[in-house]
Amino acid sequence: MKIYLKIWRQKDASSKGKMVDYTLDGIEGDMSFLEMLDILNEDLIAKGEVPVEFDHDCREGICGTCSLQINGRPHGPDRLITACQLHMRSFKDGDTIVIEPFRAKAFPVIKDLIVDRNAFERIQQAGGFISVNTSGRTADANNIPIPKVNADKAFNAAACIGCGACVAACKNASAMLFTSAKVSQFALLPQGRVEAAERVQNMVRQMDLEGFGNCTNTGACEIECPKGISLENIARMNREYLSASLKG
Amino acid sequence: MSSLIKSSIARKVVMALSGLFLVLFLALHVTINLTSVISPDTFNQWSHFMGYNGLVQYIMQPVLIIGVIVHFVMGIVLEFQNMQARTIKYTKYKGAANAPWVSRNMIITGLVVLAFLGLHFYDFWIHEMTYKYIEVNPEDPARYYTETVEKFAPVWRTILYVISFGLLSLHLWHGFASSFQSMGLNNKYTPSIKSFTKIYAIVIPLVFVFIAIYHHLNPITH
Repeated sequence: MKIYLKIWRQKDASSKGKMVDYTLDGIEGDMSFLEMLDILNEDLIAKGEVPVEFDHDCREGICGTCSLQINGRPHGPDRLITACQLHMRSFKDGDTIVIEPFRAKAFPVIKDLIVDRNAFERIQQAGGFISVNTSGRTADANNIPIPKVNADKAFNAAACIGCGACVAACKNASAMLFTSAKVSQFALLPQGRVEAAERVQNMVRQMDLEGFGNCTNTGACEIECPKGISLENIARMNREYLSASLKG
Repeated sequence: MSSLIKSSIARKVVMALSGLFLVLFLALHVTINLTSVISPDTFNQWSHFMGYNGLVQYIMQPVLIIGVIVHFVMGIVLEFQNMQARTIKYTKYKGAANAPWVSRNMIITGLVVLAFLGLHFYDFWIHEMTYKYIEVNPEDPARYYTETVEKFAPVWRTILYVISFGLLSLHLWHGFASSFQSMGLNNKYTPSIKSFTKIYAIVIPLVFVFIAIYHHLNPITH
């Protein structure tokens, strides 16, 4: 099929970007979206032009590296998948596809479709861990009984791959879903409770410092999250934060 | 505590608490207004009580005004902060694909309700303050029904009231249930809260609209 592309091109972080039109022929439905971009780049290289830079790594929906805003939605039109899991069969012959980087002040564009998501790393480093000695004499986590419901909720929260689709989808560019998933995965488990109060305060403080917007509970993040992270996590983080702050 | 005050979560909670307070006030307001249709004498009695009772006048009324100011000032502050969080806009953004219009446009419905409050304060509150404290008129427990019904004589004002309550309905549709999420409540009661929110968001504005249209269609003939 023939596809018309409108892609954001930006030379570097300090340059002004613009949308550039490309046309690709011979695209098959079984191709992944990133394979389609690979073909475009091969064409551009053959013509002596600069290929389109885009983030990718595992190409199987695990790493959270791909970060494309496709036709106005993070990771494209299909639910519960990342851009690398999107296939061209989701489009029709003659379609125009608009591809942009995830937009947020806290995610500055590095080049073309690649954004700097280190803000997420800094939030994680502010408290998204438990302080245990990993010298080899660590107690088996399974020695501590955990209710199944809590284990499941913690696991679901831990499924967050930190791709940033929540920020990209949110009209306010809020990072509440990401931060709350990282808070929840520990807050629900006894091992995480020890540092729970300090963790939530530090992570929320860092989230605010990064310049993300405020959550207005539209729920767009939950819909666009490739891992289906629930809004329940945001409510849990709010509870945890208020409780920790009021107790001092 | 100081970091709490500056945090984005605290701002959400301030919006939620002030919003819930105003939601509760709406229920009281519509109840009193409804008596103007059912029993003008009761409406006069309740209105006179609200206008001259010390607790209502000097405690509840300032708290209500503070609640309104906090809600709209914080709402505008949050909107500006949120705009700054995405300085370069998307060329194509399908907001409707993942969130309802009402949740994405609370600032629009909120500003319309705020503009309506300006008219409402001019119509009733400023009139009341002038009557009591500037003109220093004597108490007249029988005046409220007539004054209220006369306000709805012009068709333009009745239409403005109807439109404003339509926008208030949309604001409540998202805001009421959303306030529970902001305060950290998302559990087995959430579906019930969402259902109640929808009923509340339809019924309360609809009763206000009914009262406005009723008085417009049934003017006092002297």
